[in-house]
Amino acid sequence: MTAVATPAPARFFLERFGLTERMLEQIVGSAIARRADYADLYFEFSTGQSLSLEDGIVKSANQHVLQGVGVRVVAGDKTGYAYSDEVTIDSLQLATRTAQAIAQESGETRAVAVHEARPAHDLYTLPRMPLDVRVDDKVDLLNRIDIAARRHDPRIKNVIASIGVEQKFVLIVSAEGFVVGDVQPLVRLNVACIAEEAGKRQQGSYGGGGRVDYTFFLDDDRYLRFTRTAADQALRNLHAADAPAGTMTVVVGPGWPGVLLHEAIGHGLEGDFNRKKVSAFSELLGKQVASPLCTVVDDGTIANRRGSLNVDDEGTPTSRTVLIEKGILRGYLQDRLNARLMGMPLTGNGRRESFAHIPMPRMTNTFMLGGDSTADEIIRSVDRGLYAANFGGGQVDITSGKFVFSASEAYLIEGGKITQPVKGATLIGNGPDVLKRISMVGNDLQLDEGVGTCGKDGQSVPVGVGLPTVRIDGLTVGGTQAGS
Amino acid sequence: MSDQSLEDVAAALLAAAKRNGATAADVVVAEGSSLDVGVRFGEIEKLKQARQKHLGLRVFIDARSAVTSSADFSHAALEKLAADSCALARVIAPDPFAGLPEPAELAQQIPDLDLYDPEVAAVTAERALEWAKEAEQAALDADPRITNSEGAEVSASTDHVLYASSLGFRGDYRNSGMSLSVVPVASENGAMQRDYWYSGQRKLAQLEAPATVGRKAAARALRRLNARQVATGEVPVIFDPETAAGLLRHLAGAVSGSSLYKGTSFLIGKLGQRIAPESVTVIDDGTRVGGLGSKPFDGEGLLTRRTVVVDHGVLTNYLFDAYSARKLQSHSTGNAARSIGSAPGVAPTNFHLAAGTIPPQEIIRSVARGLYVTELIGFGVNAVTGDYSRGAVGQWIEHGELVYPVEEITIAGNLLAMYDAIEVIGSDLDFRHSVVAPTIKIGRMTVAGN
Repeated sequence: MTAVATPAPARFFLERFGLTERMLEQIVGSAIARRADYADLYFEFSTGQSLSLEDGIVKSANQHVLQGVGVRVVAGDKTGYAYSDEVTIDSLQLATRTAQAIAQESGETRAVAVHEARPAHDLYTLPRMPLDVRVDDKVDLLNRIDIAARRHDPRIKNVIASIGVEQKFVLIVSAEGFVVGDVQPLVRLNVACIAEEAGKRQQGSYGGGGRVDYTFFLDDDRYLRFTRTAADQALRNLHAADAPAGTMTVVVGPGWPGVLLHEAIGHGLEGDFNRKKVSAFSELLGKQVASPLCTVVDDGTIANRRGSLNVDDEGTPTSRTVLIEKGILRGYLQDRLNARLMGMPLTGNGRRESFAHIPMPRMTNTFMLGGDSTADEIIRSVDRGLYAANFGGGQVDITSGKFVFSASEAYLIEGGKITQPVKGATLIGNGPDVLKRISMVGNDLQLDEGVGTCGKDGQSVPVGVGLPTVRIDGLTVGGTQAGS
Repeated sequence: MSDQSLEDVAAALLAAAKRNGATAADVVVAEGSSLDVGVRFGEIEKLKQARQKHLGLRVFIDARSAVTSSADFSHAALEKLAADSCALARVIAPDPFAGLPEPAELAQQIPDLDLYDPEVAAVTAERALEWAKEAEQAALDADPRITNSEGAEVSASTDHVLYASSLGFRGDYRNSGMSLSVVPVASENGAMQRDYWYSGQRKLAQLEAPATVGRKAAARALRRLNARQVATGEVPVIFDPETAAGLLRHLAGAVSGSSLYKGTSFLIGKLGQRIAPESVTVIDDGTRVGGLGSKPFDGEGLLTRRTVVVDHGVLTNYLFDAYSARKLQSHSTGNAARSIGSAPGVAPTNFHLAAGTIPPQEIIRSVARGLYVTELIGFGVNAVTGDYSRGAVGQWIEHGELVYPVEEITIAGNLLAMYDAIEVIGSDLDFRHSVVAPTIKIGRMTVAGN
């Protein structure tokens, strides 16, 4: 399963912290006493490093080590949680007693025998860990990016680029009797360019990465493509006109614009919101929530993706969950607690930011399957509208269903042709409604390049999105040009 | 862990850095504890407790620097941290502007700003649960149309922070914080709306009463029921204090030295110029006793201070740390902010728009047709140009009255034009947060709807 140099997670944690399997069995067994429904221990050891270039030099470097254990006890819909950055038998016992306070009734300590489970997937075994790449190589890459960006156009006045790498060892000990570990690498490269002309200044940014080796950035000169894309975005924005305001036809480009799905329906389909019936999608299982052209999935099993995991942070294997099938709502994303309370199967979407956080349903890679139209056909079909090619981020109110995502690169469509670049504007819509207005779906599905971070309830996790080119008949565009 | 221990750890780390070749270094060491409880429909839903500690080391090898952080305070781990930091610094480019502040700038006498309440440390899970239940029940009881709840949460946290550097500076202080929030869900005609209210303070006695928080949260959710979209057009927009504070946060970012030297601020080159009407004065004050954003010294050991950023409409001061001050040939304003794992950046402390004299109800009455904004979502603010486009929720105003709730609209403009178009500033300034503003009326923005 793992490369020679990288230790198996179970052995790594047991050796590093002097714990034995017997100790873990006792801890998790005592956690499940007091009539708890479930308990788990989550051990984490992560190291991360980031380097940044600015003003032509790689001037800053950060490195961190994060380690600790979280103890969770679940009784009904109640969660008790305690964590410690000291991984000793004493701190584990103290954390367990603290977490147990959630379960009121006393019960007997059950003997729990745990056996090691192999993860169902092997999505990102790498020849070397990201932190084993020489810092000099990363510095060199950033310097090359600076030179390339400035050479690309004399109007590029500043370049801010950063490389972030991380490797996380996790071990989950479950009161259901299994121990599973994972080794999770993650790398990311971001480039931002500031362009200046005639006293005006604009910014463009682009990036990508995944659970891949560092050579990913060098393959096909990917890092140069990121650089040119960021620079071109800044330059184009210098001459962008004000965006129109009002409801109009919007064509959304492929790839990262899949943030549309993440905000419009993704959060609204997370199991916790639907169990509590506070989501706008709560009563809509089996109903039509999108046009029949739309099939949307959440898939944590795609190799090497930023949003993928071998197992979720409760130890459940990830899976491919069909959320919407030909327009019909088919499923929710679940963690253990909500799946049990809703009587629904596990989907492998229980994630947590770190050992210091409680798991909850989160997305992995969320995308729409490709359709039959070509991107050209879609553009040509629009007499007057907006083509939104790229986005920053988005946000959603899952109760009212209203979501936004902000275009970072957009153009007018006039007479079936892409014409004038316009400034980024925020698009706003209603989740249970917007996908019904999709009248054309392109055959050009792309997943994003590996830049997404999702925030929910104060916890950030890496995610992926994807989309083919789609035409939406009626989305509100938040520009400044009213009456256009 | 006692004070002595934090200081010992810092001293050991600085010594280790020096042994590994560092020509200068600074350390932040922090420890704290937190309690979080959540209830839903009167039952406990979440109980989370922990103690945590961590430290961050920044080393300089002449003009090269690197920052490392960890939570492992063992002797071996500190040695390794120092060695790793120095090794990392050696492969980074020298930066002529990098370095610790000038010794003469460092705080000599460290004031006590009353930032810690021992009552917060004494809060038990049982008491926290009672308050959460009381708050949620008040929301549920407020109206039969409150049909669901995302629950209520109470958190209590305390910490102890120590900063020390190879210049000989050593300072520490304690913080406390309590918060209470409620998220009720209202429904009518088959549609749901949720809203929230919260109180966050350093001291237990300052927290808004749980029942009051619950009732306000319910009222906010109820007023969103039966919301509709409105027609696209240009109208005056009134920002309630919560959303007006957002406009101030964008301003704080734009006057930060770190944005200015990178070229990512829409206020570059505007120092000394009028950017808003005379009624507009914006102040950053790190010395405010008990203030939510206060600290006795900044992230590099300089005293915090009161800086007038906008003086009667004229942009009078930017905010700097030592690094950005050097880049822009200025002086630090004591606004260095240091998180454990990174080099200092610039952040506001207690940043506020000075109150006006007009009560908010009167501001609404003065608008014939326009929008009263109560929530903004999305990230559509361009820091480089000031271009602004965000999703909005609020109430439509006709003939000076709030007539119906609106949603699924955006408001757009440019922050430079918006600040210049501040027509009225309300009298309702309340220090509920570190960045605050009263109600603001902006003369004209583009509302996009149907």
